[in-house]
Amino acid sequence: MIAFPPFFGAGSLCLTPGREQCRALHREEILLSQSASAGELCSIPALLARNVREYGNRPAYREKEFGIWQSWTWGEAADEIRAMALGFMALGLERGEHVAVIGRNRPAHYWAMVAVQMCGAVPVPLYQDAVAEEMAYVLDHCGARFVVCGDQEQVDKVIEVQDKIHHIEHVLYNDKRGMRKYDHTHLHWLHDIGAEGRAAHARFEPELDRRTAELTWDHTCVMLYTSGTTGKPKGVVLSNRNILETARASVEFDHLGQDEEVLAYLPMAWVGDFIFSMGQAMYAGFCVNCPESPETMMTDLREIGPTYFFAPPRIFETMLTNVMIRMEDAGDLKHALFKYFMDFAKTTGEEYGMPRYRTKRSRPTLRRRFRWFYRYAMGIGFALETLVENTVRGFFARLRHPLEARKHFRARGPLLNLYPRPLRDYFNYRTGDVLIYGPLKNTLGLSRIRVAYTAGEAIGPEIFEFYRSLGINLKQLYGQTEASVFITQQPDGEVRSDTVGVPSPGVEVKIGENGEVYYRSPGTFVKYYKNPESTADTKDPEGWVATGDAGFFEDVTGHLRIIDRAKDVGKMADGSLFAPKYVENKLKFYPDILEAVVFGAGRETCTAFINIDLTAVGNWAERNNIAYASYQELAAHPRVLETIGAHVAEVNRSVAEDDILSGCQIHRFLVLHKELDADDGEMTRTRKVRRNIIAEKYADLVAALYDGSESVYTETEVTYEDGRKGRIKATLQICDAAVENPKHKRQEAA
Amino acid sequence: MNVMSNDPYTTADGRRIGGVLMEMKNITLRFGGVVAIKDISFDIREGEIRAIIGPNGAGKSSMLNVMSGFYTPTEGEVWFEGCPRPQMRPYQVARQGIARTFQNIALFQGMSTLDNIMTGRITRMNSNLLNQALWWGKAEAEETVHREAVEKIIDFLEIQHIRKTPVGRLPYGLQKRVELGRALAAEPRILLLDEPMAGMNVEEKEDMCRFILDVNDEFGTTIALIEHDMGVVMDLSDRVVVMDYGKKIGDGTPDEVRSNPEVIDAYLGVSHD
Repeated sequence: MIAFPPFFGAGSLCLTPGREQCRALHREEILLSQSASAGELCSIPALLARNVREYGNRPAYREKEFGIWQSWTWGEAADEIRAMALGFMALGLERGEHVAVIGRNRPAHYWAMVAVQMCGAVPVPLYQDAVAEEMAYVLDHCGARFVVCGDQEQVDKVIEVQDKIHHIEHVLYNDKRGMRKYDHTHLHWLHDIGAEGRAAHARFEPELDRRTAELTWDHTCVMLYTSGTTGKPKGVVLSNRNILETARASVEFDHLGQDEEVLAYLPMAWVGDFIFSMGQAMYAGFCVNCPESPETMMTDLREIGPTYFFAPPRIFETMLTNVMIRMEDAGDLKHALFKYFMDFAKTTGEEYGMPRYRTKRSRPTLRRRFRWFYRYAMGIGFALETLVENTVRGFFARLRHPLEARKHFRARGPLLNLYPRPLRDYFNYRTGDVLIYGPLKNTLGLSRIRVAYTAGEAIGPEIFEFYRSLGINLKQLYGQTEASVFITQQPDGEVRSDTVGVPSPGVEVKIGENGEVYYRSPGTFVKYYKNPESTADTKDPEGWVATGDAGFFEDVTGHLRIIDRAKDVGKMADGSLFAPKYVENKLKFYPDILEAVVFGAGRETCTAFINIDLTAVGNWAERNNIAYASYQELAAHPRVLETIGAHVAEVNRSVAEDDILSGCQIHRFLVLHKELDADDGEMTRTRKVRRNIIAEKYADLVAALYDGSESVYTETEVTYEDGRKGRIKATLQICDAAVENPKHKRQEAA
Repeated sequence: MNVMSNDPYTTADGRRIGGVLMEMKNITLRFGGVVAIKDISFDIREGEIRAIIGPNGAGKSSMLNVMSGFYTPTEGEVWFEGCPRPQMRPYQVARQGIARTFQNIALFQGMSTLDNIMTGRITRMNSNLLNQALWWGKAEAEETVHREAVEKIIDFLEIQHIRKTPVGRLPYGLQKRVELGRALAAEPRILLLDEPMAGMNVEEKEDMCRFILDVNDEFGTTIALIEHDMGVVMDLSDRVVVMDYGKKIGDGTPDEVRSNPEVIDAYLGVSHD
């Protein structure tokens, strides 16, 4: 019966309507839904009302609490939101005011944001792990009178900064724990506010309805603060038009429907989460799932099995590292199977693994059922007939020519190579799916993924290939807060690890003279709050916005490729191009290396700081019986340095291949004694390296890299999570790396 | 603050301390010729955090074992809720509402965190063995109720991420937290903690302190704890008993104890010339 599956496969292959046909179907449906309710849907509260009307009983929000997924339908959520909005009105929330929201992803926080919008005010989500000083700046800048906090930790921070900022009037909190002893004159439990709102509904309802109805395309939807890679955070004002147009375009681009599941686990203050969990969720009407706590994210991911998923490359890297570490520990058979099928999938996954689009009709008609049944039955019948015929023929062949027949059959493999190559591959891939890919995807919680995106940083080609070959439709997009995320994204079937895709629908992209990427779109931000100079610097009168990234369009495919931050791209002393990010990314693709910072602008040679990845290197150390007591000790171990040195040499070799950037080879490097950390200001909250601050802070180390010394003694100030400071002392070894002759020079010499 | 009279009062941070909940009256404990505890009396009041400190071998753990009913005092009586406690098996004491944690972690290593904490509810389960074995009838309904209580504790102690992890795989600090969780699951009136912070790093200690204070604050549980870290004891506790060589050498608020010359002698040593 072994011949069945390929025929099933073949059957389903030709049965599924072509991709083009699917898209056409979709467009029709979306057009239909638009025409049904066009015109009015120009704010998130309006979309909420539509969702209640159309999907009232479908789940809108889920959160795991007390070990169980609690869920709220659109109807229930809208009820809560309305109560909260009435409560805000009762507290005296005015039109156009800013309301800060600080907390981890929880339904109540999303509701609070919508409730604020219903009152005609503007929600301002803030990064919850920011320390009090950072928060003070933002709270002061946005002038919020109301602050919605997640828990005691956030309330404490707000109370701490209240000495300096006097405009905060009411602090609301969601989690009651530990709050009993606080002075409650200006402190309210969010649910009490809801209850008060319900009690006072008669008084405030007409006013609330009026304010909600007033909202237009040009009202501010949300204000988000940039993470501040350079200098102070800026408040990006995004209007309803920005958010909803972008949401509509992206929902249509990826054919998202109301039965998607997403996991909301990225910081609420980040524009991506706002688009995915608010804009798109409201527009398409799908369910937002909130994890139990940040630590349980992976478990929750597995339980929910999202169909639409966004993660920065870091998360995918961590997952892959974990898989590889665990495979090292697995038995021989499992290891061999894993290796065989993963190698196989590298070439075939793209073709056979990708999820197909379902047609959106929920119940197939009787006619279609019959057609399916008929085709499957024909497929099975044909397969059976072939199998029987081959067996019979084979049997007689063996009788007549025993030796030749054996040789013949051996050469053709166990399946007799009865079927053409693609079919065999298909069959093999399906076997792999049952044995390896399926269980692996299930373990990772990615079984049901239809569309997954990664952005923010470059992703390693091996990592990207790994997920793609498993049949996870992982794509890249390029975007920023000022564009309401989407600038370019990769369409299905045109996915590669080194480009960021084609311009998203409705977005115009052009390349400036210095190579900088500019864009113009309906999602382009309105302004920076209270900062007309920056607004004018970034956005010209025609609406073109500078991204600050240097890139170019590929001629053939029309895909955009990003090289580096435009201002980081510099010149070395000999005039050759210096693109630190390009080299750093190559380094970071090694699992052993967590972060790298490359220096070399205006210098003769390039040098680097390297951060080891404690999980990967720690595991390697355990395997090789290397004892270590701390991160610092492991980072300074001679064998670790040796391994890192080998990685650097390999990177140098690959950099030397590139004609333009071959000057960026790393001549000397050191492994840092501490992890770069956002608490010390060395990275942004979105974990991007702050190059200048690092160069300043570790000036002694940079100097040592260039003066030829063998080792350097350093003391570094560190900030603990609770804000206290300490010092780390270390003597760091400086290593020389093997450098290749650039390719073009070699050619000249030859 | 009138600590030594038995009237209820409210502490500076707003906790209410009630009347005497448990009283040790002239307890003496002998093992053959060895006298572990010599004629010690003190009381524990409702809602307070009572620390027992002393050098190694002072008889602190023995005292805790007397309270938890594991040892029967050779002489003297334990009074609980205003009446003398007859000789009892430890499980009977546990049913009375006294739960404890151990100096050396005593968890079921192969069981998950959830199951371990679930065992803390055993004194409150009524269904019979057959029902429990078949998970049918009363057992099923009961499990739902108990699971809810356990989930609240898991939420309280912030250990959701290790809910299904076998306890043996957890780091020491978390195991201690799970043990606290198991003791809490019994919904005790008095919680006895035997060196809850031994062998922890600073961060874990801070977490543990916060949990102990939160337990006392949120559930109003009375807590008796043995601890060697003086900073922790002085910060946490309302009253402190100091023991040395089986005798009580001090009793009172942390400030009183700190200035007690005998206590200083016992801790810093004194020259015997």
